[in-house]
Amino acid sequence: MTGAEAVIRSLEAEGVTDVFGLPGGAILPLYDAWAACEHTIRHYLVRHEQGAGHMAQGYARATGKVGVAIATSGPGATNLVTPIADAYLDSTPIVCITGQVPTHLIGTDAFQEADIQGITMPVVKHSWLVDRAEDIPRIVKEAFHIARSGRPGPVLIDIPKDLQLAEITYVPSKQVDIPGYKPSRHGHPKQVITAAEAILAAERPVFYVGGGTVSADVDPGDLIRIAEAVQMPVVTTLMAKGAFPDSHPLCIGLPGMHGSKAANWALNRADLLIACGSRFDDRVTGKLDTFAPGAKVIHMDVDPAEIDKNRTAQIPIVGSLELVVPKLGEALQSRMNGGPPKAAAWLSEVQGWKQQHPFRYRNSEPLKPEYVIERLRDMTADREVIWTTGVGQHQMWAAQYLTIDRPRNWLTSGGLGTMGFGVPAAIGAKVGRPDATVINIDGDGCFQMTMQELATAKMYGIGAIHVVINNGWLGMVRQWQELFHGERYSETLFDANLPDYVKLAEAFGLPGFRCETLEDVDAAIAAALQCGTACVIDARVDHEEKVYPMVPAGGSSAEMIDVEWAEDDNAWVEEGV
Amino acid sequence: MSHHTLSVLVENRPGVLTRCAGLFARRGFNIDSLAVGTTQDPSRSRITIRIDCEQHSVDQVIKQLYKLVDVLKVHELDATAVELELLMIKVASSPDRRPEIISLAEVFEAKVVDVGPEAVTFSCVAGPDRLQALEQLLEPYGIKELVRTGRIALDRDGELGKRRRMRVVA
Repeated sequence: MTGAEAVIRSLEAEGVTDVFGLPGGAILPLYDAWAACEHTIRHYLVRHEQGAGHMAQGYARATGKVGVAIATSGPGATNLVTPIADAYLDSTPIVCITGQVPTHLIGTDAFQEADIQGITMPVVKHSWLVDRAEDIPRIVKEAFHIARSGRPGPVLIDIPKDLQLAEITYVPSKQVDIPGYKPSRHGHPKQVITAAEAILAAERPVFYVGGGTVSADVDPGDLIRIAEAVQMPVVTTLMAKGAFPDSHPLCIGLPGMHGSKAANWALNRADLLIACGSRFDDRVTGKLDTFAPGAKVIHMDVDPAEIDKNRTAQIPIVGSLELVVPKLGEALQSRMNGGPPKAAAWLSEVQGWKQQHPFRYRNSEPLKPEYVIERLRDMTADREVIWTTGVGQHQMWAAQYLTIDRPRNWLTSGGLGTMGFGVPAAIGAKVGRPDATVINIDGDGCFQMTMQELATAKMYGIGAIHVVINNGWLGMVRQWQELFHGERYSETLFDANLPDYVKLAEAFGLPGFRCETLEDVDAAIAAALQCGTACVIDARVDHEEKVYPMVPAGGSSAEMIDVEWAEDDNAWVEEGV
Repeated sequence: MSHHTLSVLVENRPGVLTRCAGLFARRGFNIDSLAVGTTQDPSRSRITIRIDCEQHSVDQVIKQLYKLVDVLKVHELDATAVELELLMIKVASSPDRRPEIISLAEVFEAKVVDVGPEAVTFSCVAGPDRLQALEQLLEPYGIKELVRTGRIALDRDGELGKRRRMRVVA
């Protein structure tokens, strides 16, 4: 069989059922084999390779499986760089397969030649430039193993065209043996006990849950048991929203730049942080020197390099969280003495902050983006919804106002902050979990970056709902210009009337709905939920609305800025955080 | 800030050096010296890297190196390790000054590897301090060209070697 068919057989052997891609010259033999040989893998033809990459990410994060994206050499491959970098920072398991110019042309500046292995080297977990077609089964096996195990991440396989055409004897690869790659699995038992004792001794503990818990498929029940055992408050980072139920009374929500005051104050006053798959990112900590000054740190992570990277951990535990977290739960339970939790007074103080400082906005005309998001939340409360977002104000409002109670139902670009993530991620998520309702809350700036994938959605009937929170501006940049750059709105104004997103949806053969007033919102959402296909809601919202509260970049996260609120203004809407 | 020498055992594959060197650049580490070559096992290479940084940063870079799939083992060498470097130096010399320069260089066990009408070229294998001294000594005569391999290092055998700090991240 050819090297190309070996790729397909190797993907089948990994249990792959769906891939996203776009053909081109150097990957033609693979696509030819795709059509010529019998197999069970569905291919989704995208409109831009960046879309394929983000779809693979959305698919991976919604399902826990490895996502696959395919592109040709040169520009096809370089269009995958953004999703690869995004997957690297958000630890998303994807395998990217790229065509490369034939071996004898490598290094000659051949047509559509790009050293994609070199270009992506800083942002992949590992990569291969295939130099013998016989190695394809082994390399694909290793690629999936490396992508999904340990701290997940993106990998790249670059296959020269001649090797796709080469005849080989296909020998399936059964075993993976990579001498330099042995991720730790079990946390050190003594460290787990030390951690349990520290938690029981703490007076002001905070459970700081990060995206690693989602990647590791930690059972939320295990997290809940730990939090409930000592009655400690729980913050979930942007990447961890849903890892611990938002509606659980101990959850005080999002920490960081646009997090809740309760979450930031709790972290900063804590005497013990139990970091679980979180990485003390600057968007959470603000100024690192002043972050949680009085706290000891327990740091559980599968990646040893995260320990002591930004914040020194007194009790590090390196291991797979799905194994470490239950063990910590058991160690806690066996040491409970039955008395009242030591942290009871602390919890009531934190709960007080949570009640006094909810996320809030003034619900008035012009239409407020927060209101649209709240109605989306409330009108879908009876369904399983996977939410995706772009990056910016709408993303922060979605994080603040949505209630998400299960892991893998919130897909957002956290680390890289990739505008344009929302549309393709939603498509990938819907392909992976067709029974869930998928709603992409997007900004108008983000939507315009990847909206061509609506054609992909139409072609395959992938019915995710795309809600454009349309303020006609690059809103988050506009907010910074208003607050920190003397209201000089440099190059952030689009125009709320351009383009017409309803007509745009219609041009793709999809329904579009518009809401401009409070009264329009429910009807647009109801129509979108009922239409049964992909669709677009153009929500024309107040362009001056800002995301509050806020920690200015580089500031201490204990000090958040907020708007002044007139106490007697009855247009307030308050949300428990 | 202090000097640290890392000995990194890697798979002998294309691109491994780029991955390691790229990691140092990307994470903001300045490489003082780097030498690479195969080991007794032709499928493995050893990279010896010297960097200038805080101990905390060394720990972080070691962990980051371990994340590279092609990296098998990393350890930091301490002062007891044997460190050597090869220097070649071309010194300006008229025929009448040759004997003087050659006898000076012999003090450092440098060897004459080439003699021309206007220069003498020496090679010298030694520790970094000794090479530095040789270079300073020859400087007044006029150094036309100079090249160093970057230092390579190995732990000592026996008691001294056992005291080395092994940094193997689980």
